[in-house]
Amino acid sequence: MTPLIEVRDLRFQYEDGTQALDGINFTLHAGETVALFGANGSGKTTFVLQLNGILQGQGSVTVCGLPVTKDNLATVRSKIGMVFQDSDEQLFMPTVLEDVAFGPLNQGLTSQQAIEKAIAALKQARMEHAANKAPYHLSAGEKRKVALAGVLAMDPEILVLDEPTTFLDPPAQRNLVHLLSELPQAKLIVTHNTRFAGALAQRAVFFERGKLVADGTVQEIVQRFDWTYSALAPEDLRYLAQRRL
Amino acid sequence: MHHVLVDQWSQGSSPLHARDPRAKLLVLVTFLVALATTAGNAFPTLAVDAALLAAGALIAGLPLGRLLLRAMAILPFSVTFGIISWLAGEHLRAIALVEKSYLSTVAVLLLVGTTPLPRLLSGLEALGTPRLLVLLAQFLYRYLFVISEQAQHLRLAAACREGSSGAHRHGKFRAAAGALAVLFARSYYRAEGIHQAMLARAFTGRFSPLNPLRFGPADGFFTAVIGAMLILARIQ
Amino acid sequence: MHIPDNFLSTPVWAALDAVSIPAVGLMVRRASRELEDTRIPLLGVMGAFVFAAQMINFPVGPGTSGHLVGGALLACTLGPAPAVLVMTTIIAIQAFVFQDGGVLALGANVFNMAVAGVVAGYWPFQVWGATRRRAAIFMGGFLSVMVSGSLALAELLISGVAMPRVLVFTSLGLFAVNALIEGAITISVVQALEKLNPGFVQKPESSNGRVLAVLGSSGVLLGVAGFLLASTAPDGIQRLGRNLGLTSKAAFATPLADYSVGYFQSGWLRKATAGLAGLLLIYGLCAAGARMIARRRSA
Ligand SMILES: Nc1ncnc2c1ncn2[C@@H]1O[C@H](COP(=O)(O)OP(=O)(O)OP(=O)(O)O)[C@@H](O)[C@H]1O
Ligand SMILES: [Mg+2]
Repeated sequence: MTPLIEVRDLRFQYEDGTQALDGINFTLHAGETVALFGANGSGKTTFVLQLNGILQGQGSVTVCGLPVTKDNLATVRSKIGMVFQDSDEQLFMPTVLEDVAFGPLNQGLTSQQAIEKAIAALKQARMEHAANKAPYHLSAGEKRKVALAGVLAMDPEILVLDEPTTFLDPPAQRNLVHLLSELPQAKLIVTHNTRFAGALAQRAVFFERGKLVADGTVQEIVQRFDWTYSALAPEDLRYLAQRRL
Repeated sequence: MHHVLVDQWSQGSSPLHARDPRAKLLVLVTFLVALATTAGNAFPTLAVDAALLAAGALIAGLPLGRLLLRAMAILPFSVTFGIISWLAGEHLRAIALVEKSYLSTVAVLLLVGTTPLPRLLSGLEALGTPRLLVLLAQFLYRYLFVISEQAQHLRLAAACREGSSGAHRHGKFRAAAGALAVLFARSYYRAEGIHQAMLARAFTGRFSPLNPLRFGPADGFFTAVIGAMLILARIQ
Repeated sequence: MHIPDNFLSTPVWAALDAVSIPAVGLMVRRASRELEDTRIPLLGVMGAFVFAAQMINFPVGPGTSGHLVGGALLACTLGPAPAVLVMTTIIAIQAFVFQDGGVLALGANVFNMAVAGVVAGYWPFQVWGATRRRAAIFMGGFLSVMVSGSLALAELLISGVAMPRVLVFTSLGLFAVNALIEGAITISVVQALEKLNPGFVQKPESSNGRVLAVLGSSGVLLGVAGFLLASTAPDGIQRLGRNLGLTSKAAFATPLADYSVGYFQSGWLRKATAGLAGLLLIYGLCAAGARMIARRRSA
């Protein structure tokens, strides 16, 4: 079976010379949920933007067997549903319904079909009550769910979520976990939230300065890089203890 | 922010809310032109105009008091010019300036209080406004609140750093310029992010409209009757 | 300065509507040639930026402060044609959503602030941007505010709004102060922007051709004419308005009725025809202008 996403030796440099990705190899299989960890600025967002060809570097990226090149962009973008870090940037249309229908309309559906798709997706995200609201009247959690609906309305095979829990309070995070766990699509989740990742993903990969440096179970990765929020590293604790003396 | 109020009003449902935006725009322009060409002492005509506005607000279920209060924002300007005209001996012009500019403001409020901006923009487009301008307005309005919030934060941050020393006007000026530059850059990159999000959802360079407008018999009736009333009142 | 409805006489606002529609249409064409649809979000967000920029105060004197108006800054960063469109959109949203400025007076306000203001604000940058950059940008900010203010004042005077000499001079003085502040704000923001990313500011020589130079200088000339007329002879300008029939009568009688065709004997028929004809004329002009532009655009 061909993997859903296959990335080989991907390199990318921003215009100002920042080497944001430096030889990435990565595979995502059908039905899998993978967490993507890494420090701020390690290249996570840059990486996911390569998957649907918004940024293009050297190396190869294939999605559902299709190389991500200019000719395939439209198909690839329909297969990958991407939920961005900043929902305000994602929800750019004047009303929720119009926003969710934006993708289906671009896929060539008539407005009647697009509205049906949009309403179905809003139901899936439990946001159908907000269809006629303006996006800026929504709470952060509602915005995230609408953004997800906008992506689901396009019937993607893969979901990519960049920091889906930012600005969400604990109940909203739990809510999102439930929602995502019900969805059959393969998922790649960029997050700093290890609990959230643990609840959804089995596998995790770790980025460091543009390189994918580890691939394993979520637990393994979290332990190996000491990737938890509250606990300070042992040397920090020692330092604090000394200061207190 | 207070303009959210109009936004809320426009979400209501009433016969006036339900009218096609083109019908309301045509009636508004008729109203404004009729009013602009009415003499300041043609009180019967002005009374009819005012009555139509009040009836519209009542039918639309808008809070009349708050509507009238909001329209008073025009008064500082018009009263100033009214006083000037009065002092110049042009009493009639003074009165006309104040009463007519107030009625015009109420009329515009009635339109935007019963028409959500996206629909208003569709109406303007259907009446011939270039699509580029309509889309621009749509994005502008969508991000107005987001960017304003950032401006608020920057202002707060600047105020915090300023401390209590009131000196250095020059430095403060430079700081404000820096804050504006940062706001500009953030807006710029935000636009980039929006563009990326559009591409990610298979945007190909053309916006397809979702709700086509429908100018039904009720809209034609509304336009004809109110338009006729306005014109008849005007020429009597 | 946003002129509300009922301040300008009918011939003045109608004429300015008739001028602004093709002018903005031309800019739409120009801008859509220069930029792909991908820049639409950028222009919209930049419009929101100019709105929001008004919250940031620039201290100028004891107890007083100014804020950015934006025409010249937008012209130097986005280019003149997109800047005209952004300012037009801002003025339209101010008129409809915030009831700041009239709807019938939209053409006048767009002409003063979006067309003449932006074009005049860009003109020095285009001519001297390469050699005397700082001065050119400062002058752009100054001119954009001064030109729009003078034009608005001249339009009010020509419409017959009674303004004593003192007031005209005070207004012009205030415009000049605001224009100086705008110049200072524009240049300091441009400098700060260049530090963040030099790509934000346009290259003056990359700008487009002679049409703009002509437009720019005529914008400036118009503004200067408005300024001179308003400052040297406010009475003269009003007399001019009266002689040309532009002034609305004290009673604000409909000017269209005065011009209306003489062969209608019945008073009301005549008035009704004039009123309707006026309405149709204005709408026809708007629709025809827009159609023409739309057709050319898609061609
Ligand atoms: N438009 C850009 N131009 C230049 N450099 C950039 C740009 N965007 C990101 N970078 C740089 O590329 C590197 C990777 O950034 P990226 O946004 O991918 O990180 P990230 O892992 O998503 O970080 P975070 O956890 O903060 O979201 C960083 O060093 C960043 O400064
Ligand atoms: Mg990131």
